[in-house]
Amino acid sequence: MTGQTGESASGASSSGQSADGTPAAASTGGQWPLWEVFVRSRRGLSHSHAGSLHAPDAEMALRNARDLYTRRAEGVSIWVVPSSAVTASSPDEKDPFFEPAGDKPYRHPTFYEIPEGVKHL
Amino acid sequence: MTTTAEPGAATAQAGPDRHTPEALQAEFDAAVAADTRIEPRDWMPDAYRSTLVRQMAQHAHSEIIGMQPEANWITRAPSLRRKAILMAKVQDEAGHGLYLYSATETLGVSRDELLDKLHAGRQRYSSIFNYPTLAWADVGAIGWLVDGAAITNQVPLCRCSYGPYARAMVRICKEESFHQRQGYELLLALSRGTDAQHAMAQDAVNRWWWPSLMMFGPPDDESAHSAQSMAWKIKRHSNDELRQRFVDICVPQAEILGLTLPDPDLRWNEERGHYDYGAIDWSEFQEVLRGNGPCNEQRLERRRAAHDNGSWVRDAAAAHAAKHRKAQA
Ligand SMILES: [Fe+2]
Ligand SMILES: [Fe+2]
Repeated sequence: MTGQTGESASGASSSGQSADGTPAAASTGGQWPLWEVFVRSRRGLSHSHAGSLHAPDAEMALRNARDLYTRRAEGVSIWVVPSSAVTASSPDEKDPFFEPAGDKPYRHPTFYEIPEGVKHL
Repeated sequence: MTTTAEPGAATAQAGPDRHTPEALQAEFDAAVAADTRIEPRDWMPDAYRSTLVRQMAQHAHSEIIGMQPEANWITRAPSLRRKAILMAKVQDEAGHGLYLYSATETLGVSRDELLDKLHAGRQRYSSIFNYPTLAWADVGAIGWLVDGAAITNQVPLCRCSYGPYARAMVRICKEESFHQRQGYELLLALSRGTDAQHAMAQDAVNRWWWPSLMMFGPPDDESAHSAQSMAWKIKRHSNDELRQRFVDICVPQAEILGLTLPDPDLRWNEERGHYDYGAIDWSEFQEVLRGNGPCNEQRLERRRAAHDNGSWVRDAAAAHAAKHRKAQA
């Protein structure tokens, strides 16, 4: 598989790759592929990442995800995505990729000084 | 990584010193010191990684081996209510195993590899599961004491320095509290029942109390990995500290149950503000660890058989998936 894969469970690289993106030493031959699971906890909220699991195909991944992540009615909708299909920003989460936003405090409302007593602003 | 459109970012990235071993180590140390989490794709020392793999794999194995002693009673639960509860609990433990295996996989090992090591006896699971469940009351004693001790151990792990482990523990801890409460309720019902039921509950507590105290591991001065794990913030409290916390919680709970804890030396120490407790028989712990507990062989054999007996299901699912991929192609 190419490129960095997404976070799983908990933040995984996909099976067959070690956490730093190099091929894992161990053979993963025959192991079911890894899927990322996203759960919408109730209507009106977006799906959010719940974790990952192994399954032979998408249909089984959905069923496994239901049993694994919604045993207590934690969800009304589930997405499963092959981990290998996730493209992640960088192997290094402290990467300067995000630096451009670092020096722009004027994008936040707290940057602006407003005289006391001004209402609804 | 994906290429960035920001020229500024590209230059910054080429910075000279960020990837020397010293710089990486310093960055890791700073993250641990600042209590930020280490995430899978961060650089980490090899020993940190291997310590986590060992501990998390052992933890995952314990969850799935731990299904066996309780599953022993599912078919003989005394009521439909108790049967449904016990099935839900055992199913949760399977789930805990899966959360932990996938968290461990973020460190670059595969679940198959971990299972192979468990089956070959090369990775451990908690010794507590090498004791038999002789009576129905054992299900209650396990929920109250064994899950109780596990919770005491696991709550601090929710703040473990390794992100995926900490997140798995948050999920697990939420589910564990029902495990402990159902066990307590079960014991309470027996304790307040007939004389024979009360005696059965007392006998179960007598047998599970000491092994539960051993779940916290050897005393601090003999614990091989503790100091380093504390420094890495994988561990937040020492074995003895957690054991003491557990004893202090259990004594008043036992009083309300109307059951006694099998330790003549157990008494409140005004000065320490804790309960004193008697000496633990660590030779028993060592024996069980060496494989000589009452059920070591049975547990591992059952696990291997379950894995082997499931192979046709795995093969069929894989064949089905392959057939559908072909049909779609
Ligand atoms: Fe558990
Ligand atoms: Fe549990």
